[in-house]
Amino acid sequence: MDKAALPILDIRDVSKTFSLQGQRIDALRGASLTIKRGEFICIIGASGCGKSTLLRIVAGFETATSGEILMWGKPVAGPMPSRGMVFQDYGLFPWLSVRGNIAFGPTSRKRPKAEIRDTVERYVELVGLQRFADAYPHQLSGGMKQRVAIARVLANEAEVVLMDEPFGALDAMTRERLQAELLELWQRTGLTVIFVTHSIEEAIVLADRIVVMSPGPGRIDSVHAVTLPRPRDVADHDFSDVRRMIGRQLHSHLAPKVA
Amino acid sequence: MTLAADPLAPAIPRGQNLAARLKTPALALILPVIFLAGWHLATAGRPYSLIPPPADVWTAMQDFAVGGINDDAFSATLLTHLVASLSRVFGGFALATLLALPLGMLIGRVPLAQRLFDPTLQFLRPVPVTAWLPLSMILFGLGPRSAYFLVFLGAFYPVLFNTIFGVRSVEPRLFEAAAMLGCGPRAQFSRVVLPAALPSIFTGLRLGLGFAWVVIVVGEMTGVQTGLGAVIMEARQLSRTDLVICGMLVIGIAGYLSDRALMLIGRRLLAWSPTHG
Repeated sequence: MDKAALPILDIRDVSKTFSLQGQRIDALRGASLTIKRGEFICIIGASGCGKSTLLRIVAGFETATSGEILMWGKPVAGPMPSRGMVFQDYGLFPWLSVRGNIAFGPTSRKRPKAEIRDTVERYVELVGLQRFADAYPHQLSGGMKQRVAIARVLANEAEVVLMDEPFGALDAMTRERLQAELLELWQRTGLTVIFVTHSIEEAIVLADRIVVMSPGPGRIDSVHAVTLPRPRDVADHDFSDVRRMIGRQLHSHLAPKVA
Repeated sequence: MTLAADPLAPAIPRGQNLAARLKTPALALILPVIFLAGWHLATAGRPYSLIPPPADVWTAMQDFAVGGINDDAFSATLLTHLVASLSRVFGGFALATLLALPLGMLIGRVPLAQRLFDPTLQFLRPVPVTAWLPLSMILFGLGPRSAYFLVFLGAFYPVLFNTIFGVRSVEPRLFEAAAMLGCGPRAQFSRVVLPAALPSIFTGLRLGLGFAWVVIVVGEMTGVQTGLGAVIMEARQLSRTDLVICGMLVIGIAGYLSDRALMLIGRRLLAWSPTHG
């Protein structure tokens, strides 16, 4: 089958159970989702809905108990540079400078030295960290660290960028700025992004489609296409409509449980 | 780009006055000066004092270093004894490091090695190094080899246990980050585990070298002709308290300087670490 006709990611009936103190826990049950190349997907849901678990299975950090994930039609087995992850706690190597962190991936894949140097400079510039290229992670602000984390994944030729609440630890101003930068980057590069968040607003600002998940057992509740034109304005009337609709969807299965 | 305050700017402005910069060394000198003054007042001009006054110790030190004052068996022998002690300290320390580093990495990363070595090591660890002295004299005879062995033992455990701790406490997140960037499990040891463990390994090296200096005196107290420990013991038998103090001072200074040297190396290697750099 032609690659162009295939979805970049095909999540097929993925379940994950594990036992905690002898109890069986359904972290994720029967999740299915097809993602096209270049899509921006946001996954949203209350804690315990399995959104991080799903993302970690897509990344290859965890294996599904049943079901499978296909990338370009081939089953995913273990972490790969083509699926880069951006963690909430950055996961930068503290002993490497900004340049060193960005070079880590290309070095691991044994790219030629001159190519690595060019790649590093290009991505340092892309995320605007020229002045801090030789700084170590502990010298950077949270926003700068997350820029490095994004740059190191892109420099490693990731096709899918998986982001686990990447802006959750940042202040509101920095978060908005990084959201805008991420969107611009995404539009320019044709990346596929799966972005886990617990903020409805963030999901609406960013996503082509929003996946709402619900807990106990974790599952995909509904998928909503966001058709608002970009850039999206939080104060916009249509924005509020979408927010209300997603909010209702999120709370519908929460309310009866709060007894 | 919205960049807040430049995080690379020095914490103290360059134009800070001299007084502030001299404050730390000045504070550090207060206690030694008080101590010296008290020592002087308590001992000077008292012929029956058990402890000689600082001035006498200073004279003895000059004679010990370059001779020309007493012209006895100890005159101008400082360098000989210092070199003997230094070679034992650094020889034993190097041997301990050579063995403890790879063993620590093995125990820290390979569960089988841990189950094999850990119980024995945990059992041997509480035995004080000084308790090994008689046995080491029986095994290695009276002489420098016994001192080497004790220094080795003293330095071995701190290096070993800090290496184990270091390679074991790598943040799991970093393995995930390395894996998704294309760094396989084999390469992760040199590219993730080692650099992540380096601060802890360095702490172990500093502690080990410190212990080496503690143990060297015990090691040189019996059956050795040269070495600062031997000088202290011999001077005590001859009631040369001034020389005993000289020996202590030289050990203190040598230990301090070797620690500083190690620190400087560490600072270069660990410039990235907020707690070391």
